[in-house]
Amino acid sequence: MKIVAICGAGVGTSAILKVNAERALARLDIDADVTAADLASVQVVAADAQVILTSPEFVEAIGRTNADVIVVQNYFDVDELQQKLGAALG
Amino acid sequence: MLDLPDPAVLLKQQAADWRAAVLLAGAALEASGAVTAEYGPRMVAMVEEFGAYIVIAPGLALAHARPGDDVLRAGMAVVTLDEPVVFGHPYNDPVSVVLGLAVLTADEHVTGIAELANVFNETAAIARLAAATSADEVRAVFGLSAQA
Repeated sequence: MKIVAICGAGVGTSAILKVNAERALARLDIDADVTAADLASVQVVAADAQVILTSPEFVEAIGRTNADVIVVQNYFDVDELQQKLGAALG
Repeated sequence: MLDLPDPAVLLKQQAADWRAAVLLAGAALEASGAVTAEYGPRMVAMVEEFGAYIVIAPGLALAHARPGDDVLRAGMAVVTLDEPVVFGHPYNDPVSVVLGLAVLTADEHVTGIAELANVFNETAAIARLAAATSADEVRAVFGLSAQA
C-alpha cells in the first residue's frame, strides 16, 4: 500500500500531512508507506499509489490519476484523516 | 524541535493582507538569523504560485519556501495578528497565527515536523498562540523552556 502526500514545495505541509496520516493509519491498523512529495513530481511519485492526500488547491493540478485523491481540510486533525482514509481504504 | 528566540516571535501585529502577514514571518526569521531578506518574498511567491494551501488548519498558516541560498540555518518564527487576515483558503480562513519555517534541506527537519505535529494535534494550540502576550507563552505552547 502506497500513499502520497502532495504539497507545493514538498518540504513543509506535505511533511506534516505524512506524519499525521501515519498516525491515522496506525489507528486504523493499516500498513502503508506514506511519502511526501511536491506537486511537480506527483505523476512520477504517485504512479503506483493507492491514495493521494492533498489540499483543495492541488486537486485540479494533480490531474488524471488512478489513485483516490483525498482532500484534507485540517492537516492536524488525525480524526479527519482517519475517517477519510478509512472510507477510501476500508 | 526548532528553537524560538525572542526576535522570532512577533505578537499582536498589524497586517493589511496575507502578503504583509507572510512578510512579517520572513522578517522574524531574518531577525533571528535564520534567513536573509530574500526569503520572505520567496514565501509570498509560494502562495502566489500554488494558492492558499499553506493555511493547513483553521486560523493557521505555515509559511515556508524551498531550501535556498537565503536560508542560513533551519529556523522557525511565530507571528500573531491583531486582526486576522484572509488568505483565500476554502475552509481555514481567516488566519490569526502565521508560522514561518525555513529549512536547509528537504529531509533534515523531519523530526522537527513530527514534533510540530504533536504540538498542533492539541486542538487548543492555535487559540493559545493567538492569545499569547509574551514570547515565553508562545514557547510554552511549543514545549520550549522560557528564556532569561
